[in-house]
Formats: sequence, C-alpha cells, structure tokens
Amino acid sequence: MADAVSFPPRAGAPKERWLHRNRRAIAPWMFLAPGVLFFLVYVIFPIFQSFEISLYKWDGLGEARYIGLRNYEKLFSDRAFETSLWNNLKWLVLYLLAVPAGLFIAIFLNQTVTGIRLYKSLFFFPFVISQVVVGLVFTWFYDPTFGLLNTIIGWFGAGPLNVLGDPAFVTYGIIAAGLWPQTAYCMILYLTGLNAVDPEQVEAGRLDGARGWRMLWHVILPQLRPATFIAFVVTIIGALRSFDLISIMTDGGPFGSSRVLSFYMFEKALSEYGFRMGYGAAIAVVLFLIMLGFIAYFLWSMYRDERGA
Amino acid sequence: MFPAPIRKASVPWQLAYRTLLPVSLFLWLLPLMAVAVFSIKPADDFTTGNYWGPPSTFEAAANYGRVFFESDMPRYLLNSLLITVPTVIGAVALSCMTGFALGVYRFRANLWLFFMFVAGNFVPFQILMVPVRDLTLELGLYNTKTGLVLFHIAFQTGFCTLFMRNFIRTLPFALIESARVEGVSEFRIFRYVVLPLMKPAIAALSILIFTFIWNDYFWAVVLTQGAGSQPVTAGITSFNAQYRAAYHLMSAGSIVAALPPVAMFFLMQRHFIAGLTLGAVK
Repeated sequence: MADAVSFPPRAGAPKERWLHRNRRAIAPWMFLAPGVLFFLVYVIFPIFQSFEISLYKWDGLGEARYIGLRNYEKLFSDRAFETSLWNNLKWLVLYLLAVPAGLFIAIFLNQTVTGIRLYKSLFFFPFVISQVVVGLVFTWFYDPTFGLLNTIIGWFGAGPLNVLGDPAFVTYGIIAAGLWPQTAYCMILYLTGLNAVDPEQVEAGRLDGARGWRMLWHVILPQLRPATFIAFVVTIIGALRSFDLISIMTDGGPFGSSRVLSFYMFEKALSEYGFRMGYGAAIAVVLFLIMLGFIAYFLWSMYRDERGA
Repeated sequence: MFPAPIRKASVPWQLAYRTLLPVSLFLWLLPLMAVAVFSIKPADDFTTGNYWGPPSTFEAAANYGRVFFESDMPRYLLNSLLITVPTVIGAVALSCMTGFALGVYRFRANLWLFFMFVAGNFVPFQILMVPVRDLTLELGLYNTKTGLVLFHIAFQTGFCTLFMRNFIRTLPFALIESARVEGVSEFRIFRYVVLPLMKPAIAALSILIFTFIWNDYFWAVVLTQGAGSQPVTAGITSFNAQYRAAYHLMSAGSIVAALPPVAMFFLMQRHFIAGLTLGAVK
C-alpha cells in the first residue's frame, strides 16, 4: 500500500536529503520506539527471565542457587501441583459453557420491544463489576447459614449445602461464579454479531423453509464466526487466568482443593513461610506453555485472516 | 433479523415474552440484588437472623456513611483513580503511535511486532510476576502507585495496539496518500490527518481500559501493600477484615467499590461495547 506511491525527489543538503528520502522507513520506528521499549521491558523480557529463575532456588532476597531442572522434577511428585492442574482443566472445559450460554441469552434478547436496550445493559452488568466483588457476592450467595442458595434449596427440603467448604463442590462453585460475568461478555459479543447478520440471507433461508435450529446452524452461526472466535479466545484466556475469584472466595481451600496453577504459583512464590521464587517460576512456566499452545493457534488464525484480507 | 421478531408472533407469545424478560433479569441479577438489600439493613437484622425478610429499618445512609467517613475506603477509591487515569492516558497515547506505525507503514518486521503485542497480551500474569516485582523493587517503586501504573501502561499497550492497528486499517488510506503527495510530514499526517479520525477508537479504548485497570486485583496485591498505595479491589479485603461479619457494611463497601466502572459503563455504553468486540465484530 504505502510503497505503491512514488515519492517526489527534492533538492537539499545531502544529509537532509537522506533523512527525507528515508523518512518513510524511519518514521514507523519513531512511532514504535516508546511502546515497543515499554512492552519489551515489562512483558517480553520478564517471560525469559522467568524461564531462567525457574532453574534456581531463590527466596527473593538472598543469593540464588542454580539447581538445573530440579524445580521441575519436584513438580512431578507435588500433589498440590497435580490438583491445580486438574482444576485448570475443569476451568477450561466448564468455562467454555459461557459461549453457548451467551449465545442463548443474546438470541433471547435480540428483539425490538420497548425497553430492550435497558434489558441488554442490565444483563451485561455482571461483566463490568470487578471479579473481587463478584467473588464476595457469590461467597455470600453460597453461605451455608444465610446464603440465598441454601435458603432457596431449603424450600425444597434440601441442604444445607456448604459449597465452598466441600472439596467435592468448591471448584465447581467458583467456576459457576466465574461463568456469570463471562456469559455476559459472550452475550454482548453475540448481540453485536447478530446485529450484523445479513437480513437478506435470513429471508432467503426462510423462503427455503429453514426455521429455528436449522436456521441457526446453517445460516446464522456461519455469519457469527468472528464473534465466536473472539468469544473462545477471551473465555480460554479468562479460564487460565482465573485467580481473583479463588483468592477471594476460598484462598485455595478447603485443604488446597480449589487451587489452580495461577493461584498455586502466587502462593508458592510469595508464601508466608518464605518466598520460593524459583519453584513459583517453574509453575508459571508450565502455565505459560499451556497458554502458548492456545496463543500459537490464535496467532495462526489471525495470520491466515491477514493473508486472506 | 434472527430470531423472528416477536411482534409478528401471536398475542399469547408476545405476552409470554414480555413476562419472561423481567423474570429472567430478576433471576440473573439475584445475587447482586441480595447484596444491595444487605447494604441497607441495620446490623440488628443479622443478629436476629432476619437475613431475607424486609429490613426492619432502612439504614442506607448510616451504612454508606460509615463506609465513606469511618473507613479507609475513600483513600482506596482515590488510589484507584490515581492508578487508573494515568494508565488510561499512557496506554492510549502509546498505542495511538504503535497502532499508527503498524497500521500505515509496510516494513518487514511489521507483522512480527504486531504479533508480539498480541501474544504478550495473552500471556498468564504469573510468568511476569517474579521479574516484574523484582524490577519494580529495583526501581524503588515497590508499594507505590507509580510502579503499578508503569506496569499497567506497558501491559495494556499490547491490547491497545491490537485494537488501534485494526481500527486504523479500516480508515480510508487515500487520505494519507494524498497528504503525502502534498508533502505533509509523517508526523503531521499522524497528528492532523489520522488522530482526529481515531476519536471513536480512543473513546472506546479509554473506557475499556478504565474498567480493566479499576478491576485489577492481581497486580495490586503483587506490587502494593497498605492503604497508602493499594487500589480499592485490594483494599476491600482489608475493609472486610476490619468489619468481619458486619455484612451490612461489607455489602455497602462492595457496592461502593464496584460502582465507578458501572457508572462509566452506563454513561458511555456505545463506546464500551465497540471496544469489547475488539473492533472485529461490527
């Protein structure tokens, strides 16, 4: 694009001419320099530093001691690490329920009755609230003595259920809390997507006798692909980043049964019983490698689209 | 339009839809409304076990008054503001430039740099935690708002660059070309041709980053401690420790902490949603 326009040569002192001639090659770097520098120092370099730190035994204060891959060896026999990894998997799978749930609500709300705009905003509401507050709200919601959940199931003669105090339920309880804002996010993505659906194709589909599910599957969903892609990206990233809710609702408990890698890493690295930065970094590296698989896939999809465009 | 407009449906269906709407909204926001009800109850209601009945007296003024005048909450709120606003300005300013560079110029490293920003934006925070905490300590910025702001600016630049670059790609390129033909310098093209067209993107990003940063909890606990520098997300836990089991106050505190981004969202809804869809879904 930019190179297609030929640049009219101008007379001047040689030095000025060089700058002038190359200004289109130099300009982008001037614009990029501050942002790239910041990003390298605070994001890119730290990734590599974490890899290095994971090879040391280090309390964050004294001398770091090189121990090779010993931190990783320890991970294999660490039951808490195993629990965290399993819980991460649960998060990843169950969190994705936010995508169809969001689509469902979006279809429900995609109407033009009076006041629908306010309804859409209010349905979206949970996403704007910080996860810390969502965590508190749901902690009280689940409370075994006065929580709304137990009040309600009490009407049916069930309970009381101590969701956050029971290792069998705790992770699912926290995921449910996380699904609340995440579904709202997916909903808004799909609402915007539905807005852009081509009405002519819908009409054509109707003429061909497509209704309900068939219409959704064959006509609507293909047009919602960009929304679906973003919904998957943000939901997967969100699932692997889950930290706030766990920290607020259970602090990893009971008996460490609701930990995930991101939380376990934090707990080890900044533990009250002495910092274990090297071990923490090793956990972070594992989490990073899991995420890297997804990131690579996202980038590949984006690359394909770029080439296609 | 999909699904078929309810207006074309039969009257019973329309009625059913119109009753279902408020009912579903009520259920959806139930946990939140419970907290809102808690926040206007007197302390007595909790000791006598009147959790879900109507409040015996309305104590909204007293409860919220105590949050604002008898706790550290106002300081935390101020900290949040002093962290969030500079971050928004910094990240948006940097990404206007990076987005412009990556959106307008063709050079070999272009796509690689773009992917660096995108990929960096997706990494788990924990892989950055130890080195960033270290760096902040070395700079003497641990436990300061500045330390937190610097990191936030850098990290958010990733997402903002993605957004800005994609937005600039949708602008008519002929405008830039004609300015070049007339010999306008690259900087002036950025300042006077492209920047004015970026206003909607700047608005969308600002509101979005405001929410992200206001709601950040992880970096707040990693890089700051105490009421001197901590934002309200981290402060609310100390607040709750102070008022343990005083559910009316904890509820009021949570609502106060959650309110600023909510207000922002309702004021600037259109921009907010444009930002969330990353500009990809139009």
